[in-house]
Amino acid sequence: MNKNHRAPSSHSLGTVEVKSKFGAEFRRFSLDRSKPGRFDEFYGLLQHVHRIPNVELLVAYADVHGDLLPINNDDNYCKAISTASPLLRLFLQRKEEADYTMFGTDSMTRKKNTVLSAVLLRPDTNKKKPPVIISLPKDFRPVSSIIDVDILPETHRRVRLYKHGQEKPLGFYIRDGSSVRVTPQGLEKVPGIFISRLVPGGLAESTGLLAVNDEVLEVNGIEVAGKSLDQVTDMMIANSHNLIITVKPANQRNNVVRGGGGVGGGTTSGSSGRSSDSGASFYGYSSHGASASAASHIIQNFPVGELDSDEEEEDLVIEAGGEAEAIGHAPSSYSIASVPRYEPHLNLRTNPSSTYSIHTNGTLPGSSGSLNNTNADSATPSPDRAKERRSLEEEGTVITL
Amino acid sequence: MMKFRFRRQGTDPQRERIKQELFAFNKTVGHGFPHQPSALAFDPKLQLMAIGTKSGAIKIYGAPGVEFTGIHGDATAVTQIHFLPGQGRLLSLLDDNTIHLWELVAGPSREVGGHFVVRIFSLWEKIKLCLFVSFIHSRLPDDYRCGKSLGPVESLQEHPQQPGKILIGYSRGLVVLWDLGAGRVEQLFLGKQQLESLVWERSGNLFVSSHNDGGYSVWAVTSGNACSPQPVSSTIPYGPFPCKAINKILWRTSQSGSPVLLYSGGMPRASYGDRHCLTVQQDKEHVTLDFTSRVIDFFTVHSIKPEKEFDDPSALVVLLEEELVVIDLQTPGWPSLPTPYLAPLHSSAITCSCHIANVPPKLWERLINAGKAQRGRQQTHMSWPICGGKNLAPPPKQQELLLTGHEDGTVRFWDASGVALTPLYKLGTANVFHTDCDDPHDPGDDPDLQQEEEWPPFRKVGCFDPYSDDPRLGIQKMSLCKYSNKLMVAGTAGQVIVLGFNDERSDHSVDVSVVDLLQDREGFTWKGHSRLEPRLKPAPFPPGFQPLVLVQCLPPASVTAVALHTEWNLIAFGTSHGFGLFDYHRRNSVLARCTLHPNDSLAMEGPLSRVKSLKKSLRQSFRRIRKSRVSGKKRVITTPTSKVQEANAALAEQEEVAPVQRRIEPRSADDSLSGVVRCLCFADTFLRDGTHHGPTLWAGTNSGSVYAYALEVPGVGSGRACERGGASESSSCVEAVLGKEIQLMHRAPVVSICVLDGRGKPLPDPYEASQDLAIAPDMTNAHSVLIASEEQLKVFSLPKVSAKTKFKLTAHEGCRVRKVALVLFSSAAQEDYNEHTLVCLTNLGDMHLFNIPALRPQVRYDCIRKEDISGIASCVFSKNGQGFYLISPSEYERFSLSAKVLTEPLCSVQLDRPQMLPVVSDGEGQTLEPPSSLSSPILDTPLDSPLSCADLTLDSTGELTVEDVRDFLT
Repeated sequence: MNKNHRAPSSHSLGTVEVKSKFGAEFRRFSLDRSKPGRFDEFYGLLQHVHRIPNVELLVAYADVHGDLLPINNDDNYCKAISTASPLLRLFLQRKEEADYTMFGTDSMTRKKNTVLSAVLLRPDTNKKKPPVIISLPKDFRPVSSIIDVDILPETHRRVRLYKHGQEKPLGFYIRDGSSVRVTPQGLEKVPGIFISRLVPGGLAESTGLLAVNDEVLEVNGIEVAGKSLDQVTDMMIANSHNLIITVKPANQRNNVVRGGGGVGGGTTSGSSGRSSDSGASFYGYSSHGASASAASHIIQNFPVGELDSDEEEEDLVIEAGGEAEAIGHAPSSYSIASVPRYEPHLNLRTNPSSTYSIHTNGTLPGSSGSLNNTNADSATPSPDRAKERRSLEEEGTVITL
Repeated sequence: MMKFRFRRQGTDPQRERIKQELFAFNKTVGHGFPHQPSALAFDPKLQLMAIGTKSGAIKIYGAPGVEFTGIHGDATAVTQIHFLPGQGRLLSLLDDNTIHLWELVAGPSREVGGHFVVRIFSLWEKIKLCLFVSFIHSRLPDDYRCGKSLGPVESLQEHPQQPGKILIGYSRGLVVLWDLGAGRVEQLFLGKQQLESLVWERSGNLFVSSHNDGGYSVWAVTSGNACSPQPVSSTIPYGPFPCKAINKILWRTSQSGSPVLLYSGGMPRASYGDRHCLTVQQDKEHVTLDFTSRVIDFFTVHSIKPEKEFDDPSALVVLLEEELVVIDLQTPGWPSLPTPYLAPLHSSAITCSCHIANVPPKLWERLINAGKAQRGRQQTHMSWPICGGKNLAPPPKQQELLLTGHEDGTVRFWDASGVALTPLYKLGTANVFHTDCDDPHDPGDDPDLQQEEEWPPFRKVGCFDPYSDDPRLGIQKMSLCKYSNKLMVAGTAGQVIVLGFNDERSDHSVDVSVVDLLQDREGFTWKGHSRLEPRLKPAPFPPGFQPLVLVQCLPPASVTAVALHTEWNLIAFGTSHGFGLFDYHRRNSVLARCTLHPNDSLAMEGPLSRVKSLKKSLRQSFRRIRKSRVSGKKRVITTPTSKVQEANAALAEQEEVAPVQRRIEPRSADDSLSGVVRCLCFADTFLRDGTHHGPTLWAGTNSGSVYAYALEVPGVGSGRACERGGASESSSCVEAVLGKEIQLMHRAPVVSICVLDGRGKPLPDPYEASQDLAIAPDMTNAHSVLIASEEQLKVFSLPKVSAKTKFKLTAHEGCRVRKVALVLFSSAAQEDYNEHTLVCLTNLGDMHLFNIPALRPQVRYDCIRKEDISGIASCVFSKNGQGFYLISPSEYERFSLSAKVLTEPLCSVQLDRPQMLPVVSDGEGQTLEPPSSLSSPILDTPLDSPLSCADLTLDSTGELTVEDVRDFLT
């Protein structure tokens, strides 16, 4: 503690004051704001200053709004350093006794000491659910959104499901059926496709945006009218990584009422409110958050890069040559997240740690959006990462398509 | 949404015109044997034969190349067909009590069968018959009558010399000679047995009746004798024990003396009641033709000229349920005649097929010679007896081969150059192995040995034999190099055979290698069939393709993909477990790669696995449905597996009762059978860097993985092999080094991989470039690889594999790619213009055409019904824009996607029509004309037919029954 000198206030622009708390102990030190270094170095430093060299830590900091956010990679570390003004308050916990539920606690509306209370005073009785580790990038990402509210009839709902990895099933079934349409000739019965079942615990059910007997009208912008059940099934599976289905909900009471005032997400049904919120705030980073008008909310739902959803399904290419393996060296903290998905399948000769996939980067343009729009894990790739990507392509170890 | 707008292309009129000149979809001709034939007729004047089927199709055949097809609008079975001789017209009676009149009409370019429907055609017969039933009753002797009714009319035969007289045979045995002109009974014949059929002798002095008890009787017709109670002679040829009925009998006189008697059935009930037999006897000569399927009908080709005194039958044509057999009655011994069309493709169930266009004349000639040598013994000098019409189709510009692989381990080579699919050569692979029924002679080849010495004198005829000795022999994949005459054949038990062509008979042993595709995978046990036991001793191989090397995969799972590169002497093969690369020149295995996913227990355990997914059991039941289409009466082989399958099928059926719903779940890595190798391909391209190209091997799996290996083939390529230089060619071996692995993120099965050269054209086949048979590939510009999965088409640049273009077919259309081929389309207008196009057949049975490498959709055609799973699975494309698919187990439908290359019947028939009817020419001969508007002119026309009774007035008051109409026509 004594080794860490306190920076003079005149240098406050160049340095960051750090106040780190582990258990009941505090440590203070400073870091160079322009050269924060890497996260693993920082992690080592923390272990060092707290003299807990072999303890697995969960590092969290309080951001400008008082939210408790995790630091576990270079990106959110840099973000934490760059946004600290001037003091960076760190909270360390042992990983095995970490309380994950405190993350993202929106403390803006609370008192100043919310963070502390969240860390220190949270009663154990509130921990009903087993902790979900949302701090890792693969767990920290959008799940669903309601989109295109302005261009769709109020009776329809366009839902986007983000399917990442294999761990959680999409979890719904569709069936044939018939629906009644109003035509100039009167009422007409036409064949249609309906959601027949939601799998408990599946992605579809967890969003609350889809329900049994909702009629499926479009899949990723293509009308399903005239298509057979098998065709629609194939279309949905082909788009499963980024499935956008337009439904006519069986329950029309929770429809978006346009012009009703304020945020689109706020006016949706209670059950879907949370998810639509996530959509709004996720893309809201460019226009001052969720308080934007409904129109801007829509536009943001299709960032240019995602018009062609292929960005999300980059095929993985591995060069399996002796020379290639030697050249490439990628930061290992990324590969951990992405490699286990491919490793059993590919059975590579190359060192798994070098098969860094930018896939992770591409699919998670803003992974923390649903909780805070100014989250450290920024939506645009940081310059550093872009540089890394370029160098990787040049070296030819891994190519993303 | 915006992104979908990009797919729509502006219509460029220039491009649209080019497209029209390149692409056109036509179903051109059917090959093979009509499925479930039900009726046969022959026009002796025009020498045309007609076959009707249970699905309502009528096919007319004349000389080879002369073919007409018509389909009744409603798919009802055709029960009878009758030609109006010489007129090019025929009547068909359907199962739904309708009679249709068909005629050949001259279309703009070809003749097609137009047709008319006459629902209640000529009601007058009814009245006639009604009249004389009671009339006849009164004439019957009392002791015969006994209060019995006469039963329905079984047969109506016109007097051969006196057109006004007809012979009427009643079911109970009574036969009446009726004079139409005078309207009276001329003579009564009091048969005692149930009547089956009647036939006149040529002179009209005799007629023969066949009976239910297996006997036949000869009756004399003598004027003045009003009632003959006894036949001249009565015989039960296969008595004295109870015999089955003689269904049909023919009596043909001949110059040499004794008449030729031909009849179907009549076998001793107890001992041979289950056989399908037809007896031909003349004097002492007596042959019982023993067929493998039911006799539908038969006729003889004989002289019909009135000035000739004798019939002198030249040929017997027998329509069986599964094939057509023609017997030469002029050559002693009555040998059978090879048919130039109506070949029974399904003599053993077809398991795969492959088309080779533009076969070099040398190989063609050698194949024909090998085929002739095979048929040596059966050769007759007789020309094809059914020779009506004239084939106007120009001789084919190039020779085309269609190869079919069969369940019994044979590969049949067919001449697919023209309209008639003709067998050329048959290759058996069973003799490479020890099988349970090792037979020194192929029974089909040697009819002499088949003659059993017992009575009746059976002779096996025909080649339809659906029973496979060993299902493991089945052929799964084939590849033929037409320049080096090397054939690669792979089968159900993981066997891969490389064959070379030899014009001489040869006794040699085959080199055997075993390749373990599991490599070091632990903990897996194969529970499927065992591998075939290779024959280690030298075996005799007839001229033709003779096996050189046998590679057996372990575990012995069915081979799912093959590739052959004869310039490098390499074969690649894949199963559900992995793939291997083998150097058949040096006889050593180069590479074995396991593609199994560790969790995939299904692939490991083989077909006997107890843990069977619903998917798999469904697949099996589909397979069984397909098989059952081969023969409804196929014997049931009860094995433990079939019981499991039954149970599974029952389960699957139960599930289908529940409301149909589909689970929406992306494919996961550990789906079953993810390791199945779906395609393999060799290419000389840039894999490692952009400056050195060299041999590569590509493999794609069921789970969207692609493996690319750089090969070092001694003496080939400008790559590393040359740089090293030092290695002497004799000692060095082929080496394979993994170059790249690509995991398609959508994980759909990889259907096809193809490398495109610098101009975006597919690389030529082996030897094509080196022998100046094709334009050398562009090796200066960057190559690319086209990977077609079931869901997407993608082109990647090489050597740096980055996506250039793609088309997401499933995401847009909801259909899945089943078959893919790169086809060269030539323009119909400009002589030298052509385009390489990617043709995709989807699970909905439609064809999507894309240009390459831009992958822009060009046209789409509906081709196969989406319910026809076996049709879609059997589809095979030629390189010039044609294709084949099975419309039944025995028939290929040929289609063309090209505006230029068409193989369709082009023929003429000289007709002798008394009066031109209003000609209705419809493009395909398959449209149904409205019956009412067309029926009246037909009735008004005095038909030059023996049945014509124009003086009778129409009367619609009587009740018309089907029997009446049918009887009248018989």
